[in-house]
This record gives sequence, C-alpha cells and structure tokens, in this order.
Amino acid sequence: MSGVTLVDVAFWVFGAGSVLAAWLVFRVDSMVRAAYWLFASFVGVGFVMVLLNARFLGLVLVLMMAGEMTIMAVFMVMFMMNPAGLNPMTMVHQHRTAVVAGLVSFVALAGVGLVSDFPDRPVDRGQDPTEALGVELLGESMLIFEIAGVTLLATMIGAIALASKRGRYGDAQAGSVAPELPDSAPSGTLEPAAETSMDHSGHGMGHG
Amino acid sequence: MTLQALLVIAAALFGVGVYGALSQQTFVMIMMGLELMLNGAMLAAVAFWAQTSGGNPKGQLLTVVVMVVMAVEAAMGFALIIGIYRIRKADMTEKLKRLRG
Repeated sequence: MSGVTLVDVAFWVFGAGSVLAAWLVFRVDSMVRAAYWLFASFVGVGFVMVLLNARFLGLVLVLMMAGEMTIMAVFMVMFMMNPAGLNPMTMVHQHRTAVVAGLVSFVALAGVGLVSDFPDRPVDRGQDPTEALGVELLGESMLIFEIAGVTLLATMIGAIALASKRGRYGDAQAGSVAPELPDSAPSGTLEPAAETSMDHSGHGMGHG
Repeated sequence: MTLQALLVIAAALFGVGVYGALSQQTFVMIMMGLELMLNGAMLAAVAFWAQTSGGNPKGQLLTVVVMVVMAVEAAMGFALIIGIYRIRKADMTEKLKRLRG
C-alpha cells in the first residue's frame, strides 16, 4: 500500500468504468447501444479479474460476453420496436421502487463488504492460477465440471424445445404475423392482405 | 486494489442490475439487468478468491459455476423471448397480463 501503482490506476479505470457502463445500459435510448454498453461493463470486470491474477477467467468472460452481446444486439433488431433508438424513449415501470431497491441492495452489500473483517490471504504470485484451476477442474472437482457440462447440454435441448418453430407451443406460421404496435406500423411490416394469405399456407401442426 | 474497493464496485454493479431488472419493461433489458447482477456476483467471487483464499482453486471454480449460470440464463431467456413472441406477439412485460398459454 505504498504509493499509487499502475495496477491501482488500471483497477480504478476498469472498475469505475464498468459501473459507469452498467449505468449507461439503462440510460441510452438505443437498445443495441445498451447491449454494447453491457459488453463494455463485462470487459471492465474481465480486466479487473486479469489484474487480480485470474487471467483465464477474465479472458473467458470477455470472449463469452462478446458472443452473447452480439446475439443480444441481433435480438434487439429482430424483436424490439425502435431498436435503433431514433426516438427518445423511457420504457420503465415502477421506477421509484426500482431505484430504491437498487440503492438499498448497493448500500447493504457495500456496507457488509466495508464493515466485515475478512481474512487477508492474497494469492501467491508464484503459483500459476490457471494451472491450478485446470488441475482442480479435471481432478477433485471433476464432478462439478461434468455437471456443468450436462446442465449446458440440457439447456441447449430446452432452448431448442422452447424456440423451435413447430411444437406444442404454437404452429409454424404464428411467428410471421406482424406484431401489434401501439402507434403506426413501422416500415417493413406485412400488409394485412399478405398477412392473411400467409396464415392459410399452413404447414402448422395442431395445438398440442 | 483492496478487497473493500472490489466489493464496493461489485455491490454497485449488483445494485444497477437490481434497478434494471425491476424497472425495465422489455424482456431483453430485464435480462441485461440479471446479467449485471451476476456480473457483480462474479467480481465479488474473484475478489474473495484473490484476496482471502490464498489462491485456493475452488474459488475460481465458483466463478466458473457462475459463468455456467449466466450461459443458462441467457439461453433460456432468449428461448422464452422467442416462444412468447410467437404466441403473444409480446416484447414487453406489460403485454402479458395473464400467464396462461
């Protein structure tokens, strides 16, 4: 704790930057921009992890989130109205309750973190934490590792079952009807005539 | 880079996530709030591993588990968004007045 080192500066830049980016996620009008601010927040946390000597985890987090946020941005463009944020909008409900809940959870958790007396046993810089993690994953904790793998497999199957076009949750054409929008229909939506004709080209299955 | 500073930043991320998950109306934005909460939890886990565990690899393992939770949450969330959009044409919570399919 003598003097300010480069690591400290980098820590404060990335740490404060990730919180600021997290705040901007809910402040920008464009949802695509919100997805990339969220990515920026994850990148900040990933670099803080790297600074904390968890190099593997930090970089895995950045890689994972790069993919996920791209999917999220595509989802925004596909599903949401006003994805580009050309019009200012506030799509919030119970705003006061949410602000209070967020503040209370922040104050409570930060208070616990500041008041509690934790042991001071930093990582030994001599050991390689990535190697230790690898030995742990394929050694003593292999069951946890395998259960994580099976969980991800089950998630993939469940996601396909929920999202597949045909199945007990809807017929094949149900997703191609233009959504009901509160104001005027945006460009690119189907004309009513085209909509009905598509409804009759049924390779839909019955409701299960 | 003390443990206290790390925990305050993790708590701030969690608090912003709570705010987002409770206040947003769009499903994808709610998911962003949930992910921010997990982000804060992950940072706190790594902070405890780095500063208090003496480099016990099980601390890193906990972070891996949180990452798995994050992946599961994202995949199931996106699948549910597609499913709800197919049936209800809904992209916002306000359009789901009833849960019955």
